[in-house]
Amino acid sequence: MSHEPDTVDEAELHAYIDGRLDPARHPAVLAYLRAHPDEAQRCADYQAINQGLHDLFDAILDEPLPARLTFHSRSQREWRPWLRVAAIGGWLTLGGVLGWTIHGYTGNRALADATLVQQAMIAHAVYVPEVRHPVEVAASQEQHLTTWLTKRMGTDIHIPNLGDDGYELLGGRLLPAESGPAAQFMYQDAHGRRLTLFLRRNAQHSGDTAFRFAQAGDIRGFYWVDRDLGYALIGDVDKETLARVAHTVYRDLNGPGP
Amino acid sequence: MSQTTGGLAELIAQQIPRLRRYARALTGDRERADDLVQDSLERAWSRIHLWRGGDMRPWLFTIMHNLFANHARRHSREPAWVPLIDEDTPMDRPAEHETALDLRDLQTALKQLPEEQRAVLLLVCLEQLSYEETAHILGIPIGTVMSRLSRGREQLRSFLQGNQERRLRRVK
Repeated sequence: MSHEPDTVDEAELHAYIDGRLDPARHPAVLAYLRAHPDEAQRCADYQAINQGLHDLFDAILDEPLPARLTFHSRSQREWRPWLRVAAIGGWLTLGGVLGWTIHGYTGNRALADATLVQQAMIAHAVYVPEVRHPVEVAASQEQHLTTWLTKRMGTDIHIPNLGDDGYELLGGRLLPAESGPAAQFMYQDAHGRRLTLFLRRNAQHSGDTAFRFAQAGDIRGFYWVDRDLGYALIGDVDKETLARVAHTVYRDLNGPGP
Repeated sequence: MSQTTGGLAELIAQQIPRLRRYARALTGDRERADDLVQDSLERAWSRIHLWRGGDMRPWLFTIMHNLFANHARRHSREPAWVPLIDEDTPMDRPAEHETALDLRDLQTALKQLPEEQRAVLLLVCLEQLSYEETAHILGIPIGTVMSRLSRGREQLRSFLQGNQERRLRRVK
Protein backbone atom coordinates (compact mmCIF):
# COMPACT_ATOMS: atom_id res chain seq x y z
CA MET A 1 0.00 0.00 0.00
CA SER A 2 1.15 3.50 -0.68
CA HIS A 3 0.16 5.22 2.59
CA GLU A 4 2.54 3.43 4.97
CA PRO A 5 -0.11 3.00 7.66
CA ASP A 6 2.30 1.79 10.35
CA THR A 7 4.10 5.11 10.67
CA VAL A 8 1.30 6.66 12.75
CA ASP A 9 2.12 6.64 16.44
CA GLU A 10 0.02 6.65 19.60
CA ALA A 11 0.55 10.37 20.27
CA GLU A 12 -0.77 11.22 16.80
CA LEU A 13 -3.92 9.22 17.40
CA HIS A 14 -4.59 11.20 20.57
CA ALA A 15 -3.84 14.45 18.79
CA TYR A 16 -6.31 13.40 16.10
CA ILE A 17 -9.02 12.72 18.71
CA ASP A 18 -8.33 16.02 20.46
CA GLY A 19 -8.33 18.04 17.25
CA ARG A 20 -4.69 18.92 17.72
CA LEU A 21 -3.17 16.95 14.88
CA ASP A 22 -0.99 18.75 12.39
CA PRO A 23 -3.28 19.03 9.32
CA ALA A 24 -0.48 17.67 7.15
CA ARG A 25 -0.74 14.41 9.07
CA HIS A 26 -4.50 13.97 8.65
CA PRO A 27 -4.32 11.85 5.49
CA ALA A 28 -1.80 9.47 7.07
CA VAL A 29 -3.88 9.03 10.22
CA LEU A 30 -7.11 8.52 8.30
CA ALA A 31 -5.44 5.96 6.07
CA TYR A 32 -4.10 4.19 9.14
CA LEU A 33 -7.54 4.06 10.73
CA ARG A 34 -9.10 2.73 7.52
CA ALA A 35 -6.52 -0.01 7.44
CA HIS A 36 -6.97 -0.89 11.13
CA PRO A 37 -10.64 -1.17 12.10
CA ASP A 38 -9.76 -2.05 15.71
CA GLU A 39 -7.83 1.17 16.05
CA ALA A 40 -10.64 3.10 14.41
CA GLN A 41 -13.04 1.63 16.97
CA ARG A 42 -10.68 2.57 19.79
CA CYS A 43 -10.54 6.17 18.55
CA ALA A 44 -14.31 6.28 18.26
CA ASP A 45 -14.59 5.02 21.85
CA TYR A 46 -12.20 7.69 23.04
CA GLN A 47 -14.18 10.35 21.20
CA ALA A 48 -17.34 9.06 22.85
CA ILE A 49 -15.61 9.47 26.22
CA ASN A 50 -14.74 13.09 25.38
CA GLN A 51 -18.35 13.72 24.48
CA GLY A 52 -19.52 11.88 27.59
CA LEU A 53 -17.39 14.11 29.82
CA HIS A 54 -18.99 17.18 28.27
CA ASP A 55 -22.44 15.66 28.70
CA LEU A 56 -21.68 15.01 32.34
CA PHE A 57 -20.12 18.29 33.34
CA ASP A 58 -20.96 21.09 30.89
CA ALA A 59 -24.17 21.90 32.73
CA ILE A 60 -21.99 23.23 35.58
CA LEU A 61 -20.96 26.13 33.34
CA ASP A 62 -24.51 27.41 33.34
CA GLU A 63 -25.24 26.90 37.03
CA PRO A 64 -25.77 30.08 39.00
CA LEU A 65 -22.66 30.68 41.09
CA PRO A 66 -22.96 30.02 44.82
CA ALA A 67 -22.84 33.24 46.79
CA ARG A 68 -19.39 32.58 48.18
CA LEU A 69 -17.91 32.59 44.69
CA THR A 70 -19.45 35.78 43.37
CA PHE A 71 -18.05 39.22 43.87
CA HIS A 72 -21.23 41.25 43.78
CA SER A 73 -23.13 39.17 46.29
CA ARG A 74 -20.38 39.63 48.82
CA SER A 75 -21.13 42.06 51.56
CA GLN A 76 -19.55 45.47 51.20
CA ARG A 77 -16.89 44.58 53.71
CA GLU A 78 -15.92 41.41 51.93
CA TRP A 79 -16.11 42.83 48.44
CA ARG A 80 -14.05 45.92 49.02
CA PRO A 81 -10.64 44.28 49.33
CA TRP A 82 -11.13 42.44 46.06
CA LEU A 83 -12.02 45.63 44.29
CA ARG A 84 -9.11 47.40 45.90
CA VAL A 85 -6.63 44.74 44.89
CA ALA A 86 -7.92 45.07 41.35
CA ALA A 87 -7.42 48.83 41.57
CA ILE A 88 -3.85 48.45 42.79
CA GLY A 89 -3.29 45.89 40.05
CA GLY A 90 -4.20 48.55 37.49
CA TRP A 91 -1.96 51.01 39.20
CA LEU A 92 0.79 48.43 39.29
CA THR A 93 0.72 48.09 35.53
CA LEU A 94 0.80 51.83 35.18
CA GLY A 95 3.73 51.96 37.59
CA GLY A 96 5.53 49.38 35.46
CA VAL A 97 5.08 51.47 32.36
CA LEU A 98 6.23 54.63 34.08
CA GLY A 99 9.20 52.74 35.43
CA TRP A 100 10.08 51.79 31.90
CA THR A 101 9.85 55.26 30.45
CA ILE A 102 12.00 56.79 33.17
CA HIS A 103 14.42 53.91 33.01
CA GLY A 104 16.90 55.94 30.99
CA TYR A 105 17.05 58.65 33.63
CA THR A 106 17.12 56.75 36.87
CA GLY A 107 17.96 53.15 36.02
CA ASN A 108 16.12 50.26 37.57
CA ARG A 109 16.02 51.87 40.93
CA ALA A 110 12.69 53.67 40.68
CA LEU A 111 11.02 50.58 39.28
CA ALA A 112 12.38 48.36 42.04
CA ASP A 113 11.17 50.77 44.70
CA ALA A 114 7.79 51.08 43.02
CA THR A 115 7.26 47.31 43.12
CA LEU A 116 8.09 47.44 46.84
CA VAL A 117 5.21 49.75 47.63
CA GLN A 118 2.85 48.04 45.18
CA GLN A 119 3.42 44.62 46.72
CA ALA A 120 2.98 46.13 50.15
CA MET A 121 -0.32 47.74 49.15
CA ILE A 122 -1.69 44.54 47.66
CA ALA A 123 -0.75 42.59 50.77
CA HIS A 124 -2.39 45.31 52.84
CA ALA A 125 -5.63 45.21 50.83
CA VAL A 126 -5.78 41.42 51.04
CA TYR A 127 -5.07 40.88 54.74
CA VAL A 128 -6.33 43.97 56.54
CA PRO A 129 -10.04 43.08 56.07
CA GLU A 130 -9.48 39.57 57.47
CA VAL A 131 -11.52 39.19 60.61
CA ARG A 132 -10.50 35.73 61.74
CA HIS A 133 -7.03 35.34 60.25
CA PRO A 134 -5.45 38.78 59.82
CA VAL A 135 -2.04 37.38 60.81
CA GLU A 136 -0.25 34.08 60.69
CA VAL A 137 1.54 34.46 64.02
CA ALA A 138 -0.10 36.58 66.69
CA ALA A 139 1.59 39.31 68.76
CA SER A 140 1.39 37.01 71.79
CA GLN A 141 4.18 35.04 70.13
CA GLU A 142 6.26 38.06 69.18
CA GLN A 143 9.59 36.43 70.02
CA HIS A 144 8.77 33.43 67.86
CA LEU A 145 7.63 35.72 65.05
CA THR A 146 10.92 37.62 65.16
CA THR A 147 13.03 34.46 65.18
CA TRP A 148 11.03 32.81 62.43
CA LEU A 149 11.05 35.79 60.09
CA THR A 150 14.73 36.49 60.75
CA LYS A 151 15.46 32.95 59.68
CA ARG A 152 13.24 33.05 56.58
CA MET A 153 14.31 36.51 55.45
CA GLY A 154 17.97 35.77 56.09
CA THR A 155 18.58 39.05 57.90
CA ASP A 156 17.88 40.43 61.35
CA ILE A 157 14.26 41.44 61.68
CA HIS A 158 13.13 43.82 64.37
CA ILE A 159 9.45 44.51 64.97
CA PRO A 160 8.92 48.22 65.70
CA ASN A 161 6.87 49.30 68.68
CA LEU A 162 4.20 51.81 67.63
CA GLY A 163 2.48 52.03 71.01
CA ASP A 164 3.25 55.76 71.35
CA ASP A 165 1.31 56.40 68.14
CA GLY A 166 -1.63 54.39 69.44
CA TYR A 167 -1.04 51.27 67.35
CA GLU A 168 -0.63 47.85 68.91
CA LEU A 169 0.92 44.89 67.14
CA LEU A 170 -1.57 42.22 66.02
CA GLY A 171 1.10 39.91 64.59
CA GLY A 172 2.70 39.12 61.28
CA ARG A 173 2.99 36.81 58.36
CA LEU A 174 5.42 35.56 55.74
CA LEU A 175 4.60 36.49 52.14
CA PRO A 176 6.00 35.77 48.69
CA ALA A 177 7.59 38.68 46.86
CA GLU A 178 9.44 38.91 43.57
CA SER A 179 12.82 38.85 45.22
CA GLY A 180 12.05 36.10 47.74
CA PRO A 181 10.33 36.00 51.10
CA ALA A 182 8.73 39.13 52.47
CA ALA A 183 7.12 39.89 55.82
CA GLN A 184 4.08 41.83 56.87
CA PHE A 185 3.36 43.14 60.37
CA MET A 186 -0.11 44.35 61.19
CA TYR A 187 -0.97 46.96 63.79
CA GLN A 188 -4.34 48.16 65.05
CA ASP A 189 -5.46 51.26 66.93
CA ALA A 190 -8.22 51.59 69.53
CA HIS A 191 -10.81 52.16 66.78
CA GLY A 192 -9.84 48.99 64.93
CA ARG A 193 -8.02 50.88 62.16
CA ARG A 194 -5.14 48.87 60.82
CA LEU A 195 -1.70 49.70 59.46
CA THR A 196 0.68 47.24 57.89
CA LEU A 197 4.45 47.34 57.66
CA PHE A 198 5.87 45.38 54.74
CA LEU A 199 9.51 44.31 54.59
CA ARG A 200 11.47 42.68 51.85
CA ARG A 201 15.11 42.16 51.03
CA ASN A 202 16.67 44.97 49.05
CA ALA A 203 18.03 42.88 46.21
CA GLN A 204 19.52 45.85 44.38
CA HIS A 205 22.01 46.71 47.14
CA SER A 206 21.46 50.21 45.94
CA GLY A 207 21.89 52.12 49.16
CA ASP A 208 19.45 53.89 51.43
CA THR A 209 16.69 56.18 50.20
CA ALA A 210 14.59 58.96 51.63
CA PHE A 211 10.93 58.42 52.46
CA ARG A 212 8.73 58.31 49.38
CA PHE A 213 4.99 58.60 49.28
CA ALA A 214 2.52 56.65 47.13
CA GLN A 215 -1.24 56.46 46.97
CA ALA A 216 -3.68 54.10 45.25
CA GLY A 217 -7.30 55.03 45.83
CA ASP A 218 -7.61 55.59 49.57
CA ILE A 219 -4.63 53.43 50.45
CA ARG A 220 -1.51 55.44 51.21
CA GLY A 221 2.02 54.33 51.79
CA PHE A 222 5.46 55.59 52.76
CA TYR A 223 8.35 53.49 51.60
CA TRP A 224 12.09 53.57 51.93
CA VAL A 225 15.18 51.42 51.74
CA ASP A 226 17.42 51.07 54.76
CA ARG A 227 20.55 48.91 54.41
CA ASP A 228 19.50 45.44 53.26
CA LEU A 229 15.75 45.87 53.70
CA GLY A 230 13.03 47.76 51.86
CA TYR A 231 10.16 48.98 54.05
CA ALA A 232 6.65 50.13 53.22
CA LEU A 233 4.18 51.39 55.79
CA ILE A 234 0.64 51.20 54.42
CA GLY A 235 -2.64 52.48 55.77
CA ASP A 236 -6.00 54.04 55.02
CA VAL A 237 -5.17 56.98 57.28
CA ASP A 238 -4.31 60.54 56.27
CA LYS A 239 -0.87 61.35 55.00
CA GLU A 240 0.25 63.26 58.11
CA THR A 241 -0.60 60.43 60.48
CA LEU A 242 1.11 57.94 58.22
CA ALA A 243 4.22 60.14 57.98
CA ARG A 244 4.38 60.42 61.77
CA VAL A 245 4.16 56.64 62.20
CA ALA A 246 6.69 56.06 59.42
CA HIS A 247 9.17 58.25 61.33
CA THR A 248 8.46 56.26 64.47
CA VAL A 249 9.20 53.05 62.59
CA TYR A 250 12.44 54.48 61.28
CA ARG A 251 13.52 55.80 64.68
CA ASP A 252 12.63 52.53 66.34
CA LEU A 253 14.91 50.73 63.92
CA ASN A 254 17.71 53.32 63.72
CA GLY A 255 17.51 56.38 65.85
CA PRO A 256 16.69 59.80 64.23
CA GLY A 257 15.01 59.86 60.79
CA PRO A 258 16.55 60.02 57.31
CA MET B 1 -1.83 46.61 27.90
CA SER B 2 -2.96 47.95 31.23
CA GLN B 3 -5.57 46.43 33.49
CA THR B 4 -8.17 49.01 34.30
CA THR B 5 -9.82 49.12 37.70
CA GLY B 6 -11.78 45.94 38.05
CA GLY B 7 -10.22 44.57 34.89
CA LEU B 8 -8.38 41.89 36.81
CA ALA B 9 -11.49 41.07 38.78
CA GLU B 10 -13.35 40.65 35.51
CA LEU B 11 -10.63 38.46 34.01
CA ILE B 12 -10.74 36.18 37.03
CA ALA B 13 -14.52 36.15 37.25
CA GLN B 14 -14.76 34.96 33.65
CA GLN B 15 -12.89 31.81 34.59
CA ILE B 16 -14.97 30.82 37.60
CA PRO B 17 -17.47 28.58 35.74
CA ARG B 18 -14.67 26.63 34.12
CA LEU B 19 -12.76 26.34 37.38
CA ARG B 20 -15.93 24.94 38.96
CA ARG B 21 -16.47 22.45 36.15
CA TYR B 22 -12.94 21.13 36.41
CA ALA B 23 -13.00 21.03 40.21
CA ARG B 24 -16.30 19.15 40.25
CA ALA B 25 -15.10 16.59 37.74
CA LEU B 26 -11.80 16.23 39.57
CA THR B 27 -13.14 15.82 43.09
CA GLY B 28 -16.49 14.21 42.30
CA ASP B 29 -18.04 16.30 45.07
CA ARG B 30 -19.88 19.58 44.81
CA GLU B 31 -18.97 21.07 48.18
CA ARG B 32 -15.36 20.03 48.01
CA ALA B 33 -15.13 21.40 44.48
CA ASP B 34 -16.48 24.81 45.45
CA ASP B 35 -14.16 24.88 48.47
CA LEU B 36 -11.32 24.30 46.08
CA VAL B 37 -12.50 27.07 43.75
CA GLN B 38 -12.90 29.50 46.61
CA ASP B 39 -9.44 28.71 47.98
CA SER B 40 -8.01 29.08 44.48
CA LEU B 41 -9.59 32.51 43.99
CA GLU B 42 -8.30 33.72 47.32
CA ARG B 43 -4.84 32.37 46.59
CA ALA B 44 -4.91 34.00 43.17
CA TRP B 45 -5.78 37.39 44.66
CA SER B 46 -3.09 37.16 47.28
CA ARG B 47 -0.56 36.45 44.52
CA ILE B 48 -1.96 38.66 41.81
CA HIS B 49 1.30 40.64 41.89
CA LEU B 50 3.06 37.50 40.66
CA TRP B 51 0.81 37.18 37.60
CA ARG B 52 2.79 38.16 34.54
CA GLY B 53 -0.05 38.85 32.13
CA GLY B 54 -1.13 36.64 29.26
CA ASP B 55 -3.93 34.10 29.46
CA MET B 56 -5.40 34.05 32.96
CA ARG B 57 -6.82 30.53 32.67
CA PRO B 58 -3.65 28.37 32.82
CA TRP B 59 -2.40 30.49 35.71
CA LEU B 60 -5.61 29.91 37.69
CA PHE B 61 -5.66 26.22 36.85
CA THR B 62 -2.07 25.90 38.04
CA ILE B 63 -3.00 27.49 41.36
CA MET B 64 -5.99 25.20 41.66
CA HIS B 65 -4.00 22.10 40.86
CA ASN B 66 -1.36 22.94 43.48
CA LEU B 67 -4.03 23.47 46.10
CA PHE B 68 -5.73 20.24 45.10
CA ALA B 69 -2.46 18.32 45.38
CA ASN B 70 -1.81 19.77 48.84
CA HIS B 71 -5.33 19.03 49.89
CA ALA B 72 -5.09 15.47 48.60
CA ARG B 73 -1.87 14.95 50.54
CA ARG B 74 -3.49 16.21 53.73
CA HIS B 75 -6.40 13.83 53.23
CA SER B 76 -4.31 10.90 52.12
CA ARG B 77 -5.28 8.96 55.22
CA GLU B 78 -8.95 9.21 54.39
CA PRO B 79 -10.47 6.29 52.51
CA ALA B 80 -9.66 6.44 48.83
CA TRP B 81 -12.28 6.21 46.11
CA VAL B 82 -13.91 2.82 46.54
CA PRO B 83 -14.64 0.90 43.35
CA LEU B 84 -18.37 1.02 43.18
CA ILE B 85 -19.75 -1.26 40.57
CA ASP B 86 -23.44 -0.96 40.92
CA GLU B 87 -24.75 -4.39 40.02
CA ASP B 88 -28.43 -3.74 40.49
CA THR B 89 -29.37 -0.39 39.06
CA PRO B 90 -28.67 -1.11 35.39
CA MET B 91 -31.53 -3.61 35.30
CA ASP B 92 -34.01 -0.83 35.98
CA ARG B 93 -32.86 1.37 33.17
CA PRO B 94 -34.65 1.78 29.85
CA ALA B 95 -33.17 -0.39 27.13
CA GLU B 96 -32.12 2.48 24.85
CA HIS B 97 -29.57 3.67 27.38
CA GLU B 98 -27.67 0.44 27.10
CA THR B 99 -26.39 1.02 23.61
CA ALA B 100 -25.00 4.51 24.07
CA LEU B 101 -22.22 5.39 26.46
CA ASP B 102 -23.71 5.30 29.93
CA LEU B 103 -22.99 8.54 31.74
CA ARG B 104 -23.29 7.02 35.19
CA ASP B 105 -20.80 4.35 34.23
CA LEU B 106 -18.49 7.03 32.92
CA GLN B 107 -18.73 8.95 36.17
CA THR B 108 -17.98 5.81 38.16
CA ALA B 109 -15.08 4.93 35.91
CA LEU B 110 -13.68 8.45 36.22
CA LYS B 111 -13.68 8.20 40.00
CA GLN B 112 -11.66 5.02 39.81
CA LEU B 113 -8.90 6.48 37.70
CA PRO B 114 -5.68 7.29 39.52
CA GLU B 115 -5.85 10.98 40.35
CA GLU B 116 -2.86 11.85 38.15
CA GLN B 117 -4.54 10.32 35.11
CA ARG B 118 -7.88 11.90 35.95
CA ALA B 119 -6.33 15.38 36.06
CA VAL B 120 -4.68 14.96 32.64
CA LEU B 121 -7.78 13.48 31.09
CA LEU B 122 -10.02 16.29 32.34
CA LEU B 123 -7.67 19.10 31.35
CA VAL B 124 -7.31 17.70 27.84
CA CYS B 125 -10.72 16.18 27.10
CA LEU B 126 -13.04 18.39 29.12
CA GLU B 127 -11.19 21.69 29.45
CA GLN B 128 -9.68 21.29 25.98
CA LEU B 129 -6.34 22.68 27.03
CA SER B 130 -3.36 21.96 24.84
CA TYR B 131 -0.89 19.26 25.83
CA GLU B 132 1.67 21.98 26.51
CA GLU B 133 -0.68 23.91 28.79
CA THR B 134 -1.60 20.70 30.60
CA ALA B 135 2.06 19.85 31.14
CA HIS B 136 2.70 23.34 32.49
CA ILE B 137 -0.30 23.30 34.83
CA LEU B 138 0.59 19.93 36.31
CA GLY B 139 4.33 20.60 36.33
CA ILE B 140 5.16 17.44 34.37
CA PRO B 141 6.91 16.79 31.03
CA ILE B 142 4.75 16.61 27.95
CA GLY B 143 5.71 12.97 27.43
CA THR B 144 4.17 12.19 30.82
CA VAL B 145 0.99 14.02 29.76
CA MET B 146 0.76 11.81 26.68
CA SER B 147 1.36 8.56 28.55
CA ARG B 148 -1.14 9.43 31.30
CA LEU B 149 -3.68 10.46 28.70
CA SER B 150 -3.20 7.21 26.84
CA ARG B 151 -3.46 5.05 29.96
CA GLY B 152 -6.40 7.02 31.34
CA ARG B 153 -8.39 6.73 28.14
CA GLU B 154 -7.71 3.04 27.85
CA GLN B 155 -8.68 2.41 31.45
CA LEU B 156 -11.98 4.27 31.06
CA ARG B 157 -12.68 2.40 27.86
CA SER B 158 -12.05 -1.04 29.29
CA PHE B 159 -14.10 -0.25 32.37
CA LEU B 160 -17.01 0.91 30.23
CA GLN B 161 -16.75 -2.14 27.99
CA GLY B 162 -16.63 -4.44 30.99
CA ASN B 163 -19.76 -2.90 32.39
CA GLN B 164 -21.50 -3.07 29.05
CA GLU B 165 -20.74 -6.77 28.68
CA ARG B 166 -21.75 -7.51 32.24
CA ARG B 167 -25.05 -5.78 31.62
CA LEU B 168 -25.72 -7.61 28.38
CA ARG B 169 -25.05 -10.92 30.08
CA ARG B 170 -27.59 -10.09 32.76
CA VAL B 171 -30.19 -9.09 30.22
CA LYS B 172 -29.91 -12.37 28.34
